Amino acid sequence: MTAEAQGLTVVTGTTPWRRRLWSVVAHVLLIGASILMLYPLLWMLSASFRPENEIFTSSSIIPSSVSAHGYISGWFGLSRSFDTFFLNSLTISLLCVAGNLAACSLTAFAFARLEFRGKNFWFAMMLGTLMLPYQVTLIPQYVLFLNIGWVNTFLPLVVPKFLAADSFFIFLMVQFFRGLPKELDEAAMMDGCSPWRIYYKILLPLSLPVLTTAGIFTFIFTWDDFFGPLIYLSDIKTYTVTIALRTFVDSTAESNWSGLFAMSILSLVPIFVIFLFFQRYLIEGIATTGMKR
Amino acid sequence: MTARAASDERAVPARAVTPSYWSRIWTENGPGYLFLLPWFIGFFGLTIAPILSSLYLSFTNFDMLTAPQWVGMDNYVRMFTHDPKFSQSMRVTLLFVAFSVPLKLSFALGVALLLNRGMKGLPIYRAVFYLPSLLGASVAIAVLWRTLFAGDGLVNKGLAVFGIVGPAWISNPRFSLWTLIALAVWQFGSPMIIFLAGLRQIPQDLYEAASLDGANKWRIFWKVTLPLLTPVVFFNAIIQTIEGFKSFTPAFIISGGTGNPVNSTLFYTLYLYQEAFSFFRMGYASALAWVLLAIVAVFTGVSFLTSRFWVHYDS
Repeated sequence: MTAEAQGLTVVTGTTPWRRRLWSVVAHVLLIGASILMLYPLLWMLSASFRPENEIFTSSSIIPSSVSAHGYISGWFGLSRSFDTFFLNSLTISLLCVAGNLAACSLTAFAFARLEFRGKNFWFAMMLGTLMLPYQVTLIPQYVLFLNIGWVNTFLPLVVPKFLAADSFFIFLMVQFFRGLPKELDEAAMMDGCSPWRIYYKILLPLSLPVLTTAGIFTFIFTWDDFFGPLIYLSDIKTYTVTIALRTFVDSTAESNWSGLFAMSILSLVPIFVIFLFFQRYLIEGIATTGMKR
Repeated sequence: MTARAASDERAVPARAVTPSYWSRIWTENGPGYLFLLPWFIGFFGLTIAPILSSLYLSFTNFDMLTAPQWVGMDNYVRMFTHDPKFSQSMRVTLLFVAFSVPLKLSFALGVALLLNRGMKGLPIYRAVFYLPSLLGASVAIAVLWRTLFAGDGLVNKGLAVFGIVGPAWISNPRFSLWTLIALAVWQFGSPMIIFLAGLRQIPQDLYEAASLDGANKWRIFWKVTLPLLTPVVFFNAIIQTIEGFKSFTPAFIISGGTGNPVNSTLFYTLYLYQEAFSFFRMGYASALAWVLLAIVAVFTGVSFLTSRFWVHYDS
């Protein structure tokens, strides 16, 4: 930061008071923009604690009285209570994290550290699937999962992750593994270490940063996923939070806004917690790989 | 590799039979293919086979109850000649991409430039601007947006302070798409972070040299910063455009799955979903998917081809 500040002096060469004025203007602009950006979120938070009749009459973010009514009526707002939906979302998300970490790291290890015939060809194939719109495989996959009786189970959402279907995370891990010193594997191989032990005992323990990044992004993407659950889960017992919220909008929202907002806020809590504790990984993940969020 | 080959030779005594051709093939390639096994199953079972069958289905009528019926090019012909909803959904999607991507990237770059001037509190600002783009894709935010832009929503309350009577944004076909564009622009945080990382990479001495040569800030931006940042601009533009074409959830939630009012928010992906899962026209939906693939492929290809004329790639 100081280096940048010094650089700035050299670059602009303006007088100190002009620089100070500029800095004040910039802060005012940024603070104004911050308030504008966060206001909708804060408004929803406050609306979730408001008495029902006050939600659309006030645009301030400080409620006149605080009520937990929304959280109670929202939680029991559908024919099943939200603990089912949160548990379903959590189960699916954690399974997807496990699947992605295991399968993508195995695949990435082969591409980054092992030699075999056709490696470059398969690697190019893997890269080719990076930009593929999911709609192209959607319908045959749906027909397949329908025919083997997986519709209305979590399997269509989870099993693909155990088959390394998320090529983006393979790519991410390949990049990381390539950055680790090759001498490690070579020394271990000289000592008669099998590829499996090299992967499990040497590479994985060194790869905690990339595994964390891949894990939290997988969690966020699956927690938020709407399209997959929308087509595969139609039994209310299997609903995720996202599908439950959509059902809530369609059925009861007009009469229970505070309940809808309360459940919406709760659905954002896990992501917000990740944001608070893993912000460094999120920002580095985006800065180095262009993760889409 | 060479190290292992050497150790193998040492391990096999001279008197032993030389390992057969096949066992050598196995020791050299086996582990790699074993590690790739899960990926191979997924690649062939969940990617290659579905791609080929969706290409086949796109030439058929298929309702999932009876076997697909071959209809040749009919689906594609109908799409481009007799289907007003197709052209409407294409128009909506192109408008959405054409406005949301440049606006989003301009905000991202503008704020990144402001923050990169050694501002105090950069981590806090960065976190605040990033939060909407982290949360923005969720159903909860789409729900929020629907109420913010309703006739009696917060946006119109805000406008009323300035004496402006706002329309019912969501239910007015002239404005409904703009609420979705606003939602996309609100999420400028992640490209902003990529821009910030890119700005850090620009060597300080280039700025110093330029200012010693008497260039003003404006010139420095156009002649130094922007050209050196073009790879990042290019990258962001590609990613955001493809994401824009694939966008689904906000339009679905805000329009209640219909794409209304008057199909003004009928995103291409939403139309495809309706054809496939509301009307069970799986053949037609497959054809729509292939047209989407063609568009994304042509767009990406053209971008890469033209990139050498404007993206700065030396050093």
